[in-house]
Amino acid sequence: MHLLLDLFLTFAKIGLFTFGGGYAMISLIERSCVETKRWITHDEMMNVTVLAESTPGPIAINCATYVGYKQKGLIGAVAATIGIVLPSFCIIFFLSLFLDHFLEIPWIAHAFRGIRAAVGILILDAGLNMIRKMKKKPLPVTLAVCAFLAVLVTDLLAARMSSVALMLFAAVVSLTVFLVKRDPGKEADK
Amino acid sequence: MIFLDLLLGFLKVGLFSFGGAYGAIPLIRDVVLDHGWLEEDILTDMIAVSESTPGPIMVNLATYVGSSQAGFPGALTATAAVVFPSFVIILALMILFRKLTGIPLTQAILGGLKACVVGIVTATGIMMIFKTCFGTPGMFSVDETALCLTAVLAAGYFGSRKILKRGISPIALIGLSAAAGILVYGWR
Repeated sequence: MHLLLDLFLTFAKIGLFTFGGGYAMISLIERSCVETKRWITHDEMMNVTVLAESTPGPIAINCATYVGYKQKGLIGAVAATIGIVLPSFCIIFFLSLFLDHFLEIPWIAHAFRGIRAAVGILILDAGLNMIRKMKKKPLPVTLAVCAFLAVLVTDLLAARMSSVALMLFAAVVSLTVFLVKRDPGKEADK
Repeated sequence: MIFLDLLLGFLKVGLFSFGGAYGAIPLIRDVVLDHGWLEEDILTDMIAVSESTPGPIMVNLATYVGSSQAGFPGALTATAAVVFPSFVIILALMILFRKLTGIPLTQAILGGLKACVVGIVTATGIMMIFKTCFGTPGMFSVDETALCLTAVLAAGYFGSRKILKRGISPIALIGLSAAAGILVYGWR
């Protein structure tokens, strides 16, 4: 089979059959790209995962772009990325046409009232997981606590805090602390 | 113009969503609520739908928001915008600076970003639970039914990990909560 088509179809299959996003997709990508197709090695897969965690955007997209580029350059990256996005795009677009009518049916509306309770729990769980994996050093902990309080307090006052502004602020603080810490260290070395 | 708003809004989401899908949810909430594109309730429903349908959650949310605001072209714009930054960044890293992520300076910036995301996501989760049980700030009222439902679901979800090896999966929790919702709210 033509490699481009193969890339597209392989990632479309991954996009179609992985529920829950993120890490669920990584195990499937590993199975097809490392074990079945042998497009990348296991070590490379580990590197992509680390790279994906330090870059923004959906992790599955990062992986698809990486594998596609590795196999067939820019056009390969495009084929793999479109492949992984297309199935969910079609499904959600189709759903979006009917969701409003759907929600008017009483028992479905009741189901969604129940689901709303679950979504908050899932997001809180994701946050708690991040806390567990976080480096427990003074600076990250302080930044996390400040961000936490900023969001909570502004939300309770019915105002909105821009997450992007908070993140940029945290990045600047972290960078400043890094630079300040490094300089005296260097002089001490001399 | 709606297409420009969708494009810029979701480029921002794609560019700043560190920490996977859940890191993106607070950003998507910001963009959607600031523009008044969707009611908060509908957005929460859609997060559940995105979690229960295949594919990356933030792509699903972008497609839905785009479609609800401007039909097919809107869905296409928002989806392309949310994917574009990570696509370009990975390519750039592969072509130009493969070692960039190892540099201490980059690590310092990323460390700050990620620590901030931890706080934002945790606070968002708490606020969403709070709003389900006590209504929106400014007009608080205790919704006993939602409060009980949340408590039971949370106890089941976190408690199941003590008994089962991996606990209840997120999709199973959504399924259970839907069934519970039909029972509790349909009963009255």
